[in-house]
Amino acid sequence: MDARESSGSAPVKKATRDMYLPPERRTIADGGDAHISAREFSIYYGEFEAVKRVSADILSKYVTAIIGPSGCGKSTFLRAINRMNDLIPSCHTTGALLFDGQDVYGKFTDEVLLRKKVGMVFQKPNPFPKSIFDNIAYGPRLHGVNDKKKLMEIVERSLKKAAIWDEVCDRLDKNALGLSGGQQQRICVARTLAVEPEVLLLDEPTSALDPKATAKIEDLIQELRGSYTIMIVTHNMQQASRVSDATMFFYEGVLVEQASTAQLFTNPKDPMTEDYITGRFS
Amino acid sequence: MNIGTRKILDRSFTAVGIGSIVVMAIALMIVVVPIITNGIGAVFFTGTVEHRKMLFSEFKRGDSENLSSEVASSNRYRAKVYGMLTGFEAELETMAPEKKAEYQAKYSEVRAALQALLGPLPGDPEPMLTRFKYGQTRWEKAEEKLHDLLYESKWDNSNPEVMAKEYFVSRAIGFQGTSLVKLFPYVKDNFEEILLPEFTFYWGFITDSSVDSHFFGGIWPEIQGTFFLAIGAMLFAFPLGVVAAVYFTEYARPGFLNSMLRSANSTLAGVPSIVFGMFGLAFFINTLKVSESKSVIAGALTLAIMILPTIIRAAEEAILAVPKTYREASLSLGSTKWNTIATVILPAALPGIITGGIISLGRAAGETAPIIFTAAVSVGSAIGLADVLTSPTPALSWNIYNLASEHEAAAQIRHVQYGMVLALVSIVLMLNLSAIVLRARISKKLKG
Ligand SMILES: Nc1ncnc2c1ncn2[C@@H]1O[C@H](COP(=O)(O)OP(=O)(O)O)[C@@H](O)[C@H]1O
Ligand SMILES: [Mg+2]
Repeated sequence: MDARESSGSAPVKKATRDMYLPPERRTIADGGDAHISAREFSIYYGEFEAVKRVSADILSKYVTAIIGPSGCGKSTFLRAINRMNDLIPSCHTTGALLFDGQDVYGKFTDEVLLRKKVGMVFQKPNPFPKSIFDNIAYGPRLHGVNDKKKLMEIVERSLKKAAIWDEVCDRLDKNALGLSGGQQQRICVARTLAVEPEVLLLDEPTSALDPKATAKIEDLIQELRGSYTIMIVTHNMQQASRVSDATMFFYEGVLVEQASTAQLFTNPKDPMTEDYITGRFS
Repeated sequence: MNIGTRKILDRSFTAVGIGSIVVMAIALMIVVVPIITNGIGAVFFTGTVEHRKMLFSEFKRGDSENLSSEVASSNRYRAKVYGMLTGFEAELETMAPEKKAEYQAKYSEVRAALQALLGPLPGDPEPMLTRFKYGQTRWEKAEEKLHDLLYESKWDNSNPEVMAKEYFVSRAIGFQGTSLVKLFPYVKDNFEEILLPEFTFYWGFITDSSVDSHFFGGIWPEIQGTFFLAIGAMLFAFPLGVVAAVYFTEYARPGFLNSMLRSANSTLAGVPSIVFGMFGLAFFINTLKVSESKSVIAGALTLAIMILPTIIRAAEEAILAVPKTYREASLSLGSTKWNTIATVILPAALPGIITGGIISLGRAAGETAPIIFTAAVSVGSAIGLADVLTSPTPALSWNIYNLASEHEAAAQIRHVQYGMVLALVSIVLMLNLSAIVLRARISKKLKG
């Protein structure tokens, strides 16, 4: 069946909180409007259309999960939001992607400022080969904070937010590469939080981690929910259902279904979604 | 199928591998051992009282009381030699003219041999060149000169079929029946008392300047010149090379110009160094006129051009080896491209960049051809830092060549040449070693 037919041509409905959330969750958000919106947004690698005419709204301060089989364009879509795809020369886009109502791919968009507001944590933990302190202070220093005391405050606050302060507070001057994978990933989260972004993009943040570290990261996402707009790519459906408010299901570059997590996992509208979440294909 | 085959193959490959390592090690020993043993002879040797005299009057080193008692003791034995000379000169006057002429010729050979051995004889005018002011300073050289005194070298041309053969005739026989005949056994028997050999550790070989084109003294001007040239080259080439590498890897758009530049760079890396030498002369001295003629700066610039391609290559490779994830992490934090390069990419690439730099430094220190026309002089004193813009300098690589081939008395000062070779090899080796250590330390710091 042609996946594109089933959603690409569907009319774009303005997303509202009511659409996603069970009533008991409604109080977490203080924003409400779409933080990020895609309209007929396509991403190409050369000729190849990796993400196909996606139209969606991602609501402010909620956790949105992106699921789908490997190679369906989840990472591509996520990396389009903070323009990390700029690093790939062949990559270009059509359609519109709005962040706070501003065109992400506009001619005069400052991608450096955009990335400051849209932080990202990658699949493989990638701390710099520097001390833990310097890792966290890297962003603030870039953006002009040089006062030692202030930096220390930011580092402490960020590490606490990332729930790793207790584990590393006595060795901030040690190289971050000496930590375990799970700790490194939380360092990366803390490093991202230190620049005070509005959006947090997590691309399979736990796929390189063991179950214990995974649980810690998931707890962390729970902690951060409500303070940041979070988008998490995962191919683990339990994880998606555990941590997210809304879920988007991609298949071969097409956004097949987008709904509140509860609804998508219990009562999917699209038969393909149902096939996927019940494990009939992978 | 024979299931033992693979293991036999494995074993034989191992054997071949070990064998080739052993062969290389032996070859290395054959090269290095003579360098070390001969080179050390420039610093540790058996020195004579003449060496100590020389040190005292040329460098004001040594204990004057001790030295004067040594000189006095040596002179007591020499006095007898000189006495024999005056005795024979008087005897010559009484001889018949043709006999006198015959002895006169032989006698002046004896005098020359004695001068070479002991320095100026009484009554000789003060020599102009320092090399003639002293006798033999090294014991093994003194023994050679003793042989020259005792024996006359002749050539056997009797058989035209083969090359002439050298043979020796005792000089004493030629003076049979004269008073001088006693001189030869006397000098031979009292040789040690005359020259007072003593084990000598001449550290000044490293720190002294040379006296009379390396007849005496040390090689400090060469060592210093080598450092000036190599470090000067580095000061130009290293920043330029790193910037070029950053440009090639981070900013250059693929295209015709870029690929031209890259292949030009690779080609430059393979250009023979003499070509750089000519280029340096033509460009830096004749065209740009960085200096009137040869100067340290012209040589350093020439060496810089020579090592630039290597530095660029090493830096490029080091930069490309930095994991892509570092770049992504930095950019995703809102860093600009330049900031990412300066704060993440270059620090992570530093071990590789530094290794390339230091290996190039070693190469700059060792090259001869580029400095022949641009910076090197065969004799000279150590120049001051202020003179690098105008003065040429001696340098180890060039002076080794000079001592080996052009020096008028190369055979007499081989030990200096060996000492220079050892010094140069040690400097280059030390640089490479420090590259390894530095690299290991930075890598360790990066790895945590
Ligand atoms: N740099 C690239 N160049 C070309 N094609 C790419 C590149 N990165 C990803 N793709 C292709 O785009 C599609 C989507 O990839 P990706 O977004 O990484 O999938 P996912 O994250 O869902 O596994 C895949 O078919 C992949 O082969
Ligand atoms: Mg992916």
